[in-house]
Amino acid sequence: MLIKSKTEIASHEITDQAVFESRRQFIKAASVLSASALLPKVSQAEAGKYTNITRSALSTTAAVTDRADAMSYTNYYEFSTNKQDSSVLARGLATNPWTVEVSGETEKPGKYNLEDILQANPVEERIYRFRCVEAWSMVVPWVGFPLGEMLKKFKPTSKAKFVQFTTLHNPDIMVGQRSHVLEWPYVEGLRMDEAMHPLTILATGMYGDTLPNQNGAPLRLIVPWKYGFKSIKAIVKIEFTETMPTTAWNKSAPGEYGFYANVNPEVPHPRWSQSRERVLGLSIFAPKRETEKFNGYGEQVASLYSDMDLAKFF
Amino acid sequence: MLLNKQHWAVIKFLVFTLSLLPFFELLFAGINDQLGANPIETLHFGFGDWALRFLCIGLALTPIKIITGQSWPVRFRRMMGLFAFFYASLHLLVYVVLDLSLSWTALIDEVPKSPYILAGLVTYLLLLPLALTSTSLMQKRFGRYWLVLHRSVYAAAITALVHYFWLVKKDYTQPLIYAAVVTMLLTVRVVNFYQKQIRSVRLGQKKTTNKISR
Repeated sequence: MLIKSKTEIASHEITDQAVFESRRQFIKAASVLSASALLPKVSQAEAGKYTNITRSALSTTAAVTDRADAMSYTNYYEFSTNKQDSSVLARGLATNPWTVEVSGETEKPGKYNLEDILQANPVEERIYRFRCVEAWSMVVPWVGFPLGEMLKKFKPTSKAKFVQFTTLHNPDIMVGQRSHVLEWPYVEGLRMDEAMHPLTILATGMYGDTLPNQNGAPLRLIVPWKYGFKSIKAIVKIEFTETMPTTAWNKSAPGEYGFYANVNPEVPHPRWSQSRERVLGLSIFAPKRETEKFNGYGEQVASLYSDMDLAKFF
Repeated sequence: MLLNKQHWAVIKFLVFTLSLLPFFELLFAGINDQLGANPIETLHFGFGDWALRFLCIGLALTPIKIITGQSWPVRFRRMMGLFAFFYASLHLLVYVVLDLSLSWTALIDEVPKSPYILAGLVTYLLLLPLALTSTSLMQKRFGRYWLVLHRSVYAAAITALVHYFWLVKKDYTQPLIYAAVVTMLLTVRVVNFYQKQIRSVRLGQKKTTNKISR
């Protein structure tokens, strides 16, 4: 049985105001929660694979979302459009060995073993806000390495203007790929400067342990200032391109999902507001959080878009 | 076997209790912290789903009567309609109290940006007068207008479907199933209406031919 508590502090020793307040809200709501939820939590990251890694200074101090919540609420259409179902169905995916094909405008194209990539790119912990386009958010302690550092090693040529990522296509196991809800395989992309930005990482773990399959194992992208669908899972292919990649959601509904997909409360989705977000793991009586432009990472990334109309290039 | 009044009272009580089960299921899941990572969404969608299901059940009773010739299904029309309203009310309550946290600012921001919320509100406003005029007393007071008023349940079923289709991100499987059910239930009515008309026209013709031959 999972013993759940609504805030996670112990394993990360952060006690900021937000944590403190969310605990108070939690206690207020205790009358509708069970007694078991009030028990202290067994530390989540104690037995993990990455217990002794350093935490990056780029980490947020916000209260970390419960691990069980992060593992059971995943948009992974390759398995199912239902978040709970996909987290169960994804268990069948074999992630070892894993190969990543690097191609396009690079001096070092080829097929690389994930093990070798990981050996060349030391991982660290990055606690990031994660904001979904569906207006909910989490705070996840990812384990990963800067994408840019890895890309440099592949020596992209001067023609490389974009990076395109592709998810594994295997309808035998990824049963969601048997329906045409999106065009498979899932494709995502970044502009070169976005890909090289120090905040952009490739994650191989979370909560001090290996990445659960449903969260994108064995290798996924994390771009914390963009909506979650940019953070492509189970990457098998990285291609340097001269032209802007046609991304999966953009292809499926170009009026609703753009290439940039920067978190922006000022630009609503055509069918819903993006001004607020439901922070998962708080009391059911906690109000939604005001969404920040670039998901709160504006100081670091706003300059990438200084000459762009963000309402047009959404 | 003929069922008497007491039998029907017992059956109605059982159906009533059964109809409350989804409510208690979600309530107890909430108390035991088993609503998943996004409890508000689970409650909100759960109540919404059941509102639509009871709307479908309520709309299915007349077609069952038409097809089987049995009159008993109609006895449950009011109860099913009121349960649809009950779950729709909880659905709206969760949205206003838990999702919006009673924030006027949030409401003013979110509703105009979300056409599906407007469709949902329209559905609720269509159901509200039906619930308010559901008593026998009101039925008598409204006379023949009561039936006309209560036909707006067809409109409510359609706006409820619009509400559902509009909010779905990509996978339309669920709303398509409900749309198929509603289409079927409304089609039976339309077919039945025209069959009746044809029958009455034929009857009329017979009468006239009889008259002539006489």
